[in-house]
Amino acid sequence: MTVAIEFQDVTKRFPKASYDAVDHVSLTVDAGELITIVGTSGSGKTTLMKMVNRLYEPTSGRILLDGVDVMSVDPVKLRHGIGYVIQQIGLFPHMTIAENIAVVPKILKWDKARITARVEQLLTMVRLDPAEFAKRYPAELSGGQQQRVGLARAMAVDPAYMLLDEPFGAIDAITRAGLQDELLRIHAEHARTYLFVTHDIREAFKLGNRVLIMHDGRVQQFATPAEIERQPANDFVVELLQTAEESI
Amino acid sequence: MTALGEHLLITASAVLVACAIGIPAGILCCKNRVVRTFVTGIFSTLRIVPSLAVLFLCISLIGTGLWPAVVALTLLAIPPLLINTTLGFSGIDPAVIETAHGMGMGRTRTFWQVKLPLALPLVFTGFKTATIEVIASATLGAYIGAGGLGTIIYTGLGLMRNDLLVIGGASVAALSIISGLIISRAEQLVLPWRNVHQVG
Repeated sequence: MTVAIEFQDVTKRFPKASYDAVDHVSLTVDAGELITIVGTSGSGKTTLMKMVNRLYEPTSGRILLDGVDVMSVDPVKLRHGIGYVIQQIGLFPHMTIAENIAVVPKILKWDKARITARVEQLLTMVRLDPAEFAKRYPAELSGGQQQRVGLARAMAVDPAYMLLDEPFGAIDAITRAGLQDELLRIHAEHARTYLFVTHDIREAFKLGNRVLIMHDGRVQQFATPAEIERQPANDFVVELLQTAEESI
Repeated sequence: MTALGEHLLITASAVLVACAIGIPAGILCCKNRVVRTFVTGIFSTLRIVPSLAVLFLCISLIGTGLWPAVVALTLLAIPPLLINTTLGFSGIDPAVIETAHGMGMGRTRTFWQVKLPLALPLVFTGFKTATIEVIASATLGAYIGAGGLGTIIYTGLGLMRNDLLVIGGASVAALSIISGLIISRAEQLVLPWRNVHQVG
């Protein structure tokens, strides 16, 4: 397995904060993995992820993508190679669905025919009929449909990495289950490296081939769901597993 | 007919100059808190000063005629443009800006392709308010020899002719309404995404 993402002793302390949001994290992610990062709010899970595409910059330590330190790359160029999906979706309300998906391809100066073909392909992939949806505006879609577009937009130029920050957090339970299955299918078809942040331990176990459990900015355990269930690393992980069982 | 022409010329000049000042100033206000306090302070104070007082002040500085009226009306038109522009830019959903940056849109691209289009509806509101206010107040311009539809009204007052008063008053009212309608229609054409029906 080739290493895709490597965190080397990464620490993040926000200005004026008295503690480290991310506290000396070191780990490696292999190419093609779908890693879920789970933790309570304030655990540092989102901060850890946002340092990968440099929305935040590490206070110390290094993050390597394919062996290259992200801090050595122009952030705009770096982000063209990293798909980004957030809970609030953030579609551009003044652009049609097709225009939303075409943003990064246009920046990279793809020709028109290639963009049109790609938009159709992506909408089909997320199971939205291009003929029906391409020309609509985001406000005309339901939350679940909008997040499908969010996924399609993030994958527009087929980036090697995908960062997903609680993408299904604001979506109703039934639609969410469907979207989780879609994500697994898409990940299986296009082997790219995914980091998926969630606060829902069951979502983390369902999606991740490995689960990264964070608390107080530190890694509590980083292992496959089966390993974590068989051998929780510490009391925090045990407690987290218990809350998940109680909530069923 | 010349009265209408003059009225339109005064209005258009004042509103265009006000756009050139008010919109960039409104954008600057969103970027810097000090600028915001300073600029909004000046213009909310200016707003309290009656248009007629500003007109007379302009006479003492620039003299009579068309240009002092334009200057006074520009000052009147800036506040609605400035305030609405500031509201338009500061009201943009932060998540939209975050995804724009996260996708790899640089600052310039984010401004022109995301922030400006999303602020435009409120900029239009400011533009409409400013235009209608200026059309109404430009009537006062006749007082200082700027011409315009006010001339008809003042002549009517002087000669005690009710027909001239009605013609003058009605044409100012009609001009306001028609301008409002034209701007609203233009907004619909420029911002098609504002007309869609939201899904529950």
